[in-house]
Amino acid sequence: MNGLAVETHGLRKRFGATLAVADLSLSVRRGEVFGFLGPNGAGKTTSLKMLLGLVSPSAGRVSVLGARLGDREARARVGFLPEHFRFQDWLTGRELLRFHGRLFGIPAAELERRADRLLTRVDLADAAHRKLREYSKGMVQRIGLAQALINDPDLVFLDEPTSGLDPLGRRLVRDVIKELKARGTAVFLNSHLLGEVEATCDRVVFIQRGRTIREMALGTDAAVIEVELRLGPHDGATLAALARIAVAAPAPAADGRTVRLTVAGEDALSAIAPLLVERGVTLYEMRAGRPSLEALFLEIMGEGQRPG
Amino acid sequence: MRRLIVIAHLTLHEALRRRVLLAALIGGAAFLALYAIGFHFIVRDLAHQTRITLLERRVALNGITLAGLFAVNLLTVMSAVLLPLDTLSGEIASGSIQTLAAKPMRRAEIVLGKWLAHVAVVLGYLAVMAGGVLLVARFTADFVPPAIADGLPLMAIEAVLLVSISIAGGTRLSTVTNGMAAFGLYGIAFVGNWVEQIGTFVNNAAARNVGTVASLIMPAEALWQRAAWFMQPAIMRDLHATPFSPVSVASPAMVWWAAGYAIVAVLLAVRGFQRRQL
Ligand SMILES: Nc1ncnc2c1ncn2[C@@H]1O[C@H](COP(=O)(O)OP(=O)(O)O)[C@@H](O)[C@H]1O
Ligand SMILES: [Mg+2]
Repeated sequence: MNGLAVETHGLRKRFGATLAVADLSLSVRRGEVFGFLGPNGAGKTTSLKMLLGLVSPSAGRVSVLGARLGDREARARVGFLPEHFRFQDWLTGRELLRFHGRLFGIPAAELERRADRLLTRVDLADAAHRKLREYSKGMVQRIGLAQALINDPDLVFLDEPTSGLDPLGRRLVRDVIKELKARGTAVFLNSHLLGEVEATCDRVVFIQRGRTIREMALGTDAAVIEVELRLGPHDGATLAALARIAVAAPAPAADGRTVRLTVAGEDALSAIAPLLVERGVTLYEMRAGRPSLEALFLEIMGEGQRPG
Repeated sequence: MRRLIVIAHLTLHEALRRRVLLAALIGGAAFLALYAIGFHFIVRDLAHQTRITLLERRVALNGITLAGLFAVNLLTVMSAVLLPLDTLSGEIASGSIQTLAAKPMRRAEIVLGKWLAHVAVVLGYLAVMAGGVLLVARFTADFVPPAIADGLPLMAIEAVLLVSISIAGGTRLSTVTNGMAAFGLYGIAFVGNWVEQIGTFVNNAAARNVGTVASLIMPAEALWQRAAWFMQPAIMRDLHATPFSPVSVASPAMVWWAAGYAIVAVLLAVRGFQRRQL
């Protein structure tokens, strides 16, 4: 058993004339929350379906939880929430969970316990006896999430899990993902809602037209930090000293008091204040933030990109 | 296997609560009620006819019973095609099949589970309806047609065949296309069979062959003809006393052909679904 939850090499899928996925090589570690980002039509859903064996690859190699594609023992440890979760809408929420649990072969008593726990977790305990037909879009999405977790999976695929949800629902999904991570479950998250990804993922891959174009870690130490300072009177030497710890040269604003710079990490960030104190420069305000994933996304995808 | 049963159970659950089955049951109940009333008046009429022989009475009762079973056959054909029509194509179109196909089971288990459930529903329907007709004959006129143990199983094979074709089509075709294709096939069989009957009657070899080819393409109607042929006394068959006394009856080989056809349809359904991109 290797340490990877998902591994692909040169994965490709062609639907007639459309090349949905061109050449995808990626790996997801066990226990990692992995964000798979890209504009609409980039091939995210198709890639995920290939990993689940719903669509057969035109070329390339895939392994999921160390097993070859379609291995049933591996699939028993995988959970899946499809992009547009639909199910027999005449079942109640609890019946849906029971049905899926039975397909995993979970014994009845254990299944009831898990269903209770998950219904509470996705805040549907009150609605458990109601038919899915009467559920709102967000409720369907949440019961779909519960369904994806009924087998206590080692790896969960979530395809746009927050698309139908209001802010509360989104926070719920975010918290569930954090709990999964804490339990060591790997999460493969397809999304174009970057705020969600930013809040939960350890690592992201950007894809465009079926190709990986950038991979990056989102951990606290790895990313660059943007700093905005509001200073008292200062001279060029101070700016030069700041430039030495910055990755991008400080840009003094027209008001003569605000300075913006970008540093490589938290160590550099912590050096700013002592430097100013040492030079007797008054520091009125210091704001630090990571560039939003959205800004990165737009930059990586190219500004000329038309909405997909 | 256990997962196959879970799928069958869910499908059965679904089929039993669908409007289309309810419509079939209401239609069937209305038919049985009308049939019982009609039968009752005919029997009363026959009782008043003093010059009618016992044989003539028997032929008349057997003919009416076969007419009832003929209607049951048509209703069963409709149910066998329509009930399973969208069980796969509908779930593929809506995407609800995706969570099933990602489960740790073979795709064959999904297909066979759905097949099993629909076979159970349609055979149940056939049993209720054919049983209803036979009970009406039994209690109204104390009449039981001959060889029902030979005839009814043939009607059951016909139903299973059509369920299998409907499910096989659903792995490749959209719901509407599948329905057109299945009824189209049945239409060929139906018309072909009557061409065969008439061709045999007027001794036209070409017309007979048309019928045989039609039955090979789709053996459903040939099975009904053979079932009807069993469920009447020899004298009725020889005299071609009713429209249900076939002039040309399918051989036992056609029954084997139909059974093989159903098995091949199920295998094609499994294969079609295994290759389907979901
Ligand atoms: N079954 C299919 N048949 C034909 N083209 C498809 C099919 N599924 C997806 N595509 C095409 O493949 C491309 C990628 O789609 P998809 O994987 O759904 O992207 P995403 O999930 O990133 O929005 C799109 O151009 C889409 O139209
Ligand atoms: Mg998608």
